[in-house]
Amino acid sequence: MNAAVRDVARPLRQPSVLPGFGLTFGFTTFFLSAVVLLPLAALVLMAARMSWHDFLHTILEARALGSYRLSFGASTLAAAINLVFGFIIAWTLVRYEFPGKKIIDALIDMPFALPTAVSGIALTTVFAQNGWIGQYLEPFGIKVAYTWIGVTVALTLIGMPFMVRTVQPALAEVQKDLEDAAETLGAGRFHIFRRIILPTVLPAMLTGFALAFARGVGEYGSVIFIAGNLPMKTEITPLLIVIKLEEFDYKGAAALGTVMLVISFTMLLAINLLQAWGRRRHVRTTR
Amino acid sequence: MDAKDVANIFIDEHAARPGRDTLTTSLVRAFFITVSLGFLAALLFAPLATVFVMAFEKGVQAYVHSFVDPDTASAIKLTLFTAAVVVPLNTLFGLAASWAIAKFEFRGKSFLITLIDLPLAVSPVISGMVYVLLFGLQGWFGVWLQDHDISIIFALPGIVLATMFVTFPYVARELIPLMQQLGNDEEEAAITLGAGAWMTFFRVTLPKVRWGLVYGVILCNARAMGEFGAVSVVSGHIRGLTNTMPLHIEILYNEYNFVGAFAVASLLTLLAVLTLIVKTLVERTGYKGH
Repeated sequence: MNAAVRDVARPLRQPSVLPGFGLTFGFTTFFLSAVVLLPLAALVLMAARMSWHDFLHTILEARALGSYRLSFGASTLAAAINLVFGFIIAWTLVRYEFPGKKIIDALIDMPFALPTAVSGIALTTVFAQNGWIGQYLEPFGIKVAYTWIGVTVALTLIGMPFMVRTVQPALAEVQKDLEDAAETLGAGRFHIFRRIILPTVLPAMLTGFALAFARGVGEYGSVIFIAGNLPMKTEITPLLIVIKLEEFDYKGAAALGTVMLVISFTMLLAINLLQAWGRRRHVRTTR
Repeated sequence: MDAKDVANIFIDEHAARPGRDTLTTSLVRAFFITVSLGFLAALLFAPLATVFVMAFEKGVQAYVHSFVDPDTASAIKLTLFTAAVVVPLNTLFGLAASWAIAKFEFRGKSFLITLIDLPLAVSPVISGMVYVLLFGLQGWFGVWLQDHDISIIFALPGIVLATMFVTFPYVARELIPLMQQLGNDEEEAAITLGAGAWMTFFRVTLPKVRWGLVYGVILCNARAMGEFGAVSVVSGHIRGLTNTMPLHIEILYNEYNFVGAFAVASLLTLLAVLTLIVKTLVERTGYKGH
């Protein structure tokens, strides 16, 4: 048998005594195509019906650019805030014992489980001018609700569990004996943090940052209540898409949707690369 | 605890970790715990408490009364119906996908896994929009559907489809890594000994993965009942007809009916709390979520 024939004869799947491959694989690909892939293709095809000129005009008009600035700016800022506070929370949960710790740990997942509309109206109420927290910020001239600060606050809450849950296991892996050894050898607290702890958790922190950012860019429900939604000022990109759909400007909505899809896929790729980097690093340091 | 005990704790810690400045250690510890709790209090606990304070602001009677409103009742019914359709279908999909992916070796497998996870990477607004572009009036099949008098967008099927898209990966992504990790040995033994395919699945595989399945199903259900963005795009916001609970919250809130809005929100908050409790219980069995 020559090479070409052998290649053709190489099975698409390796033989197994287990039954059910045809049924389950067929159902999986059918359902996936019907629910996810074909609809997504419809989006890209709708945008492709536009000419390049129209497409670029739609995605680069001033209102769209203003919405990118808010969506990306607030998502970046929120992810950066989570980089600091997410690390502190993860550290507290991994290293310290205190009453109520188990409940706090379970509640970290709350933003995952809580519907976004609920967190949206609740945050707006708390941070409004007469709200529990808003009233103390008001005298300092800080307005949170209905400004870009409110958008950042909402995205910080939404991104928080991503950071904590990614950093937590990485921090638990930091070898305490290495820290103790460094300390015995006279290393200071910050030296230990910079040379031992930070290198171990850095891939996890960057992954958490990317996850929180990616979630923030697409977030809709929790943001629109607190945002104010003024064009060019407090209007996020997903809201601009919704407005275009309501005006039956399907092509315009599809064009902006395509931009967001491309960004989502880029982030997905970045997250996969970061996770692979983290795993390689993990193998190296534990050997 | 008297002063002697406190002193003993310090001495013990000092003995266990020589060289450590115990006062600074306690200060750092206090600082970290305070900052963590302060951050969570402002961003998480305060909003959670607000939901219930606002819902009961005008008394228990006003709270209960807000559920008597027929539009609220129909929103609750619609949410329950949607979840009752979507969750079983996505569970069935999760079981099929994890069987195909974990039990067999085939080309393009990791690509397939990436595609299944895709809905998680996409903005909820896009998840709803894709169906508008397919079935909306100006969409690919809009004219054909109108000619045949079928409504999908601004109607029940659109809500179900959008919810299905958003919650699509939840069961599959719990089961795939779990089944891969548990291996095929027991199933192969069962088949070799003459058990049928269904018997192997129900008697061997299902009991092994049951906690992962429960975990995936409750997360899928929480998202299905709470989805806002995707459903908002396809629903059309027709009161009493196409409003799910999260959409109804928006309408009541925008009408300044805060008791009503937060009353519905309190139900969804309780659902989230229940979800977290089940999740914690499942994790106590030793199963760690994906």
